[in-house]
Amino acid sequence: MSRLQTFRDSYLWYSFRRDKVAIASLVVLVLLVLMAVFAPLIAPYNPYDPEMIDIMNSEIPPAWEDGGTTAFLLGTDSQGRDMLSTMIYGMRISILIGIGAVALQAVLGVLIGLFAGYHGGRLDAFFMRAADVQLSFSYLMVAIFLSAILQAVVGVARFGEIAIPFLILVIGFSQWPQYARTVRASVLAERRKEYVEAARVAGFPSHRIILGQIFPNTLSPILVLSTIQVANAVMSEAALSFLGLGMPIDRPSLGSLINSGFEFIFSGAWWITVLPGVLLVILVLSINLLGDFLRDVFNPKLYKG
Amino acid sequence: MIAFMIRRLAQALIVIFIISLIGFAIKQSVGDPVRELTGISVSAEERQEFREKLGLNDPWYVQYGRFLGHTLQGDLGTSFFYKRPATEVILEKAPATLELVFVSSLIIILFSVPLGVFSAIRPDHFFSRLLMGGSIVGVSIPVFLTAIMMVYIFSIKLGWFPSYGRGELVMLGGWGTGLLTVDGWMHILMPSVALSSIMLPLFIRLIRAEMMEVLESEYIKYAWAKGLSSRRVWFVHAFKNTLLPVITVGGVQLGVTIAFTILTETVFQWQGLGFMFMEAVERSDAPLLVAYLMFVGVVMVGVNTIVDLIYGLVNPTIRIAGVK
Repeated sequence: MSRLQTFRDSYLWYSFRRDKVAIASLVVLVLLVLMAVFAPLIAPYNPYDPEMIDIMNSEIPPAWEDGGTTAFLLGTDSQGRDMLSTMIYGMRISILIGIGAVALQAVLGVLIGLFAGYHGGRLDAFFMRAADVQLSFSYLMVAIFLSAILQAVVGVARFGEIAIPFLILVIGFSQWPQYARTVRASVLAERRKEYVEAARVAGFPSHRIILGQIFPNTLSPILVLSTIQVANAVMSEAALSFLGLGMPIDRPSLGSLINSGFEFIFSGAWWITVLPGVLLVILVLSINLLGDFLRDVFNPKLYKG
Repeated sequence: MIAFMIRRLAQALIVIFIISLIGFAIKQSVGDPVRELTGISVSAEERQEFREKLGLNDPWYVQYGRFLGHTLQGDLGTSFFYKRPATEVILEKAPATLELVFVSSLIIILFSVPLGVFSAIRPDHFFSRLLMGGSIVGVSIPVFLTAIMMVYIFSIKLGWFPSYGRGELVMLGGWGTGLLTVDGWMHILMPSVALSSIMLPLFIRLIRAEMMEVLESEYIKYAWAKGLSSRRVWFVHAFKNTLLPVITVGGVQLGVTIAFTILTETVFQWQGLGFMFMEAVERSDAPLLVAYLMFVGVVMVGVNTIVDLIYGLVNPTIRIAGVK
């Protein structure tokens, strides 16, 4: 009960209640995540079940357009799959990859940032140079290269089977420098404080000081960064899938749906591309707006731009 | 300064060395050059002989040494698909991408500077708030989606702009440019606007943040106290010091821009390096892939090194420990 009380008295809750944009984006985000989690219960059809797909139903426009039917509220794609169901399942994959990738990069980046920042010296110099170099190539470039190479090595068919864990690995690995830098910066500030000195004098081993004492004090920048990084990871996944380097079309994410619809846009079937695109933008936008809000609350000077 | 330069150049060399190792590893593991170069009607012995002749049976470090030697001479192998030297293919495709990046940089500079400065000078103005709100929406829309929407609206619905290709080209030496014809500009406009769509909000926010920070500083207060006109304070005193960080970030963003050219060129079928790269991926054209990787890697390392050196020259604090 006391924890809840602390939260209610906190500055975070106070500013959240006054920020209409933050409330709206949190509501939208929670709704979208619930839709993704309970996709099998919500979606009217199962897009993975070949029994439910009829090629005769292909390219039916959404219900409000001429030729649309209420059986397929948002129309169907080129293979006759219900757009609404496919989009919900696609968003499920996008969110899964986004969160998985961020979890991976957070673990990697936070550990590297903590230990490199605390110990300093050669290890620190090496990792920070590596981070600089990788950032200068941009995470998207690194991710595109990694998946292009892997796809060329294992072949497209095999690639489709391992796409989800692979995308998590690629996106996670290409973005660890963000975390490492942020965490290292706060470790450098914390390291000189008296409580760390006290712990050292008390004879704590260094890994206990790092994980038990310093780590909790780096959490708020990590939280702010994580929201933005989930949005980035979802965007990266969409970009990779759009290029055909991500999710295969029989298990589409939002990006591969946009990709598969692109060729039909010229024949007038705009909904196959536009609707998943709109959903993607709403998802990313609500995460970004929340991230913006958190950044303002926790540390207005944390990032520029 | 000299120590800083040497350290920075050494780092650039190490990175290029690592890139070449990666490139070599890809070349070794993707595709079989013997199968690509010979037909089906070649016997196993002849293949073996051919492998020996190409040096494919040598230890890897010998092969790597040969690869490095060829690369340094500008020979990046022969594309399986084009049956021509990969360097030649890249040089032929590079102008398209460079023009695209050039026009979109122009758009970014032309719009981000006035908009960013305005929203820093008048942070509470209605238009500035709109701009800040709009910029976060802009960042949330993927480049390829912007591009697709533009194709749908301006090419398919309204028919104002062509949806693919580069249009009429004029040859200037070996450089096929689309910037000298009206048709070429009609073709380049949509791709470059799409390409700049994600950078523009970032730069507006960056310029705004930098400018606001500068406006808080002591020397600006002094300039006000001296009674200088507001125009002079803003554009001469404050703006000059806003530029430096913006230029550094601009250099770093080059890598991001190159990644986004791949997406933009795919949508508009723009015959540049990004489009060529995606085609090479689909065709498992390993030599061309490796050539692109090496080319982009060297360009990016070069640009970043130069930007860092300039920054070190202008801002001495960065040189001291090499830590930012």
